Amino acid sequence: MIIKGKAKRIYKPDGSNNDINTDYIIPGRYKFKIEDQKELSKHLFEDLDPDFVKKILERDILVAGKNFGCGSSREQAPLAIKSVGISAVVAQSFARIFYRNAFNLALPLIECETKNIADGDYLEIDLEKGALKNLTKGEEIKIKPLPKIILELLKTGGLVNYFKKHKKFNL
Amino acid sequence: MGKTITEKIISAHSGKEVSAGEIALAKIDFAFSQDGTSNLVIDTFNKISAAKVFNPKKCALVIDHSVPSPVKEISNIQERMRQFAQKEKILFYDLGYGVSHQVIPERGYFLPGNLVIGADSHTCTYGALNLCACGMGSSDVACAFISGETWFKVPETIKIVLQGKLPKGVYAKDLILHLIGDFSAEGANYLAIEFSGETISQLSMDGRFTICNMVVEMGAKFGIMPFDNKTGVWLEGRVKKKFKPVQADKDANYVDICEYKVSKLEPQVAKPDTVDNVSSITEVEGTPIQEAFLGTCTNGRLEDLIIAAKIIRGKKIHPQVKFILAPASREILLLAMKKGIIATFLESGAVLVSPGCGPCVGTNAGIPADGENVISTANRNFKGRMGNPKANIYLASPATVAASAITGKITDPRRYLRLVD
Repeated sequence: MIIKGKAKRIYKPDGSNNDINTDYIIPGRYKFKIEDQKELSKHLFEDLDPDFVKKILERDILVAGKNFGCGSSREQAPLAIKSVGISAVVAQSFARIFYRNAFNLALPLIECETKNIADGDYLEIDLEKGALKNLTKGEEIKIKPLPKIILELLKTGGLVNYFKKHKKFNL
Repeated sequence: MGKTITEKIISAHSGKEVSAGEIALAKIDFAFSQDGTSNLVIDTFNKISAAKVFNPKKCALVIDHSVPSPVKEISNIQERMRQFAQKEKILFYDLGYGVSHQVIPERGYFLPGNLVIGADSHTCTYGALNLCACGMGSSDVACAFISGETWFKVPETIKIVLQGKLPKGVYAKDLILHLIGDFSAEGANYLAIEFSGETISQLSMDGRFTICNMVVEMGAKFGIMPFDNKTGVWLEGRVKKKFKPVQADKDANYVDICEYKVSKLEPQVAKPDTVDNVSSITEVEGTPIQEAFLGTCTNGRLEDLIIAAKIIRGKKIHPQVKFILAPASREILLLAMKKGIIATFLESGAVLVSPGCGPCVGTNAGIPADGENVISTANRNFKGRMGNPKANIYLASPATVAASAITGKITDPRRYLRLVD
């Protein structure tokens, strides 16, 4: 599984990119009312940068620091990220519930050192080999390998497809 | 090699011995979702053709986040939940029962040794009953409704030992805020926490629920309390099935053991906009507040209302402060009414809202105005959490919230407790 795209970094008002929580990803005041995915995704990161969605191109790769996705268990957070066309999220670490939800929706998450990835860098990620190449900087970064069940979920296109196919979990 | 509580519980539910780091497929004892997450649960369930609920008595839908519903979109979602629950014959708690994390355990659905999941991040609350419970997304819960099981990566465990007696005016909420401030928002990421020590044994069950409720705010997967006499008394009359408490083996492997002495702990406050932005109340005392909120799955229980009422009794809420009270369940509200506690709040000028999440999640009544400071007993203070990104949320104990509501500024509750005893 190879993912290629341009890095798009996201920051909090204080300049940090750690602990970007689910309310920053999709504010709660939208999550409850809006059922349509496309409509919901228009509000992605609205409280951090109201123009964020306008700056995203199909297949961009979101890049952040530590503990990305902390907070709520709501799936609307990874769903909104996927709905705008972002092909993967690369961060130093992910919050646990967000991690699981993202893979259930077939949104790949990659854990590695991100401090040297700049906004606009071209990245190439090989999930099975476990490597991230920063083509702009000519650097290769080792990434944390994914458990088998997670790769299966990605290959099948998410949990619903997995369950439609297998009817239950096959470990 | 001995096992931790988590390793024992997941092993027992997966039919084989597993250790931290392994992936296991485990049967779950209960799964549920609330009105913020059920829409996607129902969508996922319907996408999987011929899906049937594995055991309707082990699944529940609860309406607690928007009670009553303020907009037609949410009303439609709640109506969809009613229809689904009726069709699949699963447990259903409509508006007014209270917050899921109080309502379901009150009815005796959880037992020591259980493995429980819920489509709400504060599902970890039930760990106070000596079991493993964690939040998951709607898709995971929908598939658990169908198959009765889900996969887990068995977490490592960290042991937190608390020694000493909490001083007067300092409560379970202050304790967990202090721990989160110390660990940081991802300090316990992916870990199970086993709590122990004399401080824990002195805490009431309400206090233990408060602590377990917030372990997710430091990234933890499970927060587990030991079983003791207090757990037994709480469960008595609520549970009919036999159960076996779980203890870690003496030679269990912990990734870390952290000891805390609490006898000098001061009241704590989480400042805007992160839960781990914690300091002693002395740093923020005097900050003006315009809204005070007492309630939620963290601190909406009877003990919380009793402590706050003790401070408020006979006094008036500050004219610049809106005080909102949301008891965590109808059962708690009725008990508080019998004790005259609700009258105490109303006579002081507080506003009572339906048992449920209240203003916590910003999807219902109690949204703060631009620039307002809110002091709240809830568990999260992210920007925009209560519905307005231009408001600032401080998290504190019920005693601190009550004292602050009287003065109109963040106030050390110990000043008031000296006067009332």
